[in-house]
Amino acid sequence: MTVFMVLSAIAILAALGVVLFSSPVRSALCLVFNFFTLAFIYFGLKTELLGITQIVVYTGAIMVLFLFVIMLLNLGGPQTWKERFEFRTVLGFGFGFALAAVIASQVFANFQYFDKPQAPDSFGSPQALGRVLFTHYVWPFEIASILLLIGIVGSIMLAKRKL
Amino acid sequence: MTGNNLADYLTLGLIMFSIGAVGVIVRRNPIVIFMCIELMLNAVNLTFLAFARFTPTSAALADRAESFMSGQMMVVFVMAVAAAEVAVGLGIIMAIYRLRNEIDIDEMNLLKG
Repeated sequence: MTVFMVLSAIAILAALGVVLFSSPVRSALCLVFNFFTLAFIYFGLKTELLGITQIVVYTGAIMVLFLFVIMLLNLGGPQTWKERFEFRTVLGFGFGFALAAVIASQVFANFQYFDKPQAPDSFGSPQALGRVLFTHYVWPFEIASILLLIGIVGSIMLAKRKL
Repeated sequence: MTGNNLADYLTLGLIMFSIGAVGVIVRRNPIVIFMCIELMLNAVNLTFLAFARFTPTSAALADRAESFMSGQMMVVFVMAVAAAEVAVGLGIIMAIYRLRNEIDIDEMNLLKG
């Protein structure tokens, strides 16, 4: 319980850092922290394979892509435009609090009593996940691979000098 | 970590999702907006996994392996879609930067009639 509390406190602080830091590089590093702690929370949920996938895919691949684009566009230095304080800021925070309040009031009363894990401890192992992924979910798996192929083709098209 | 119940994980997911939503509205840097979208996707992933671990399955499905696995499968596909989305989205940001030499989100009004 204390481990979970410490991890979730780090995750929430890192998430706040993503929004509140004005430098994009600091936001990206906070996001890396957040994804990393989230991977350990996944380990606590006994979904080991997805925790490792979280580290490899998010902190390994996606965040490297983010940092690469930040460096390439030369956004790491002092901010070229100020984050103005305006009406939209107030609106955004009000919307966030309202969203949190609505979800909390509607959801949490019903989920207080689910304190016993129902799934078996081995349900996140690579064997279990791979067996279901390649039998019962093989069609969505193939469609996801086609989607990634389209993503590759699209990003190459966008990166070409002349469209 | 056996002392946790489902509501703890849902609270963490809720807080992260709300922070991400606020960030999408408040920030003006499109790359930070992308990061906030990733934050929201990860909050949803956490919620999927918490439900997959804690909610009971019906007795008719309890002996079939895939009855426990659907939450994890959804997380796998969300990760795949997020990877494709980031690749294409950052490509679009690069193309806009090459075209206009700035990426202020308020100046991107090409589609406005």
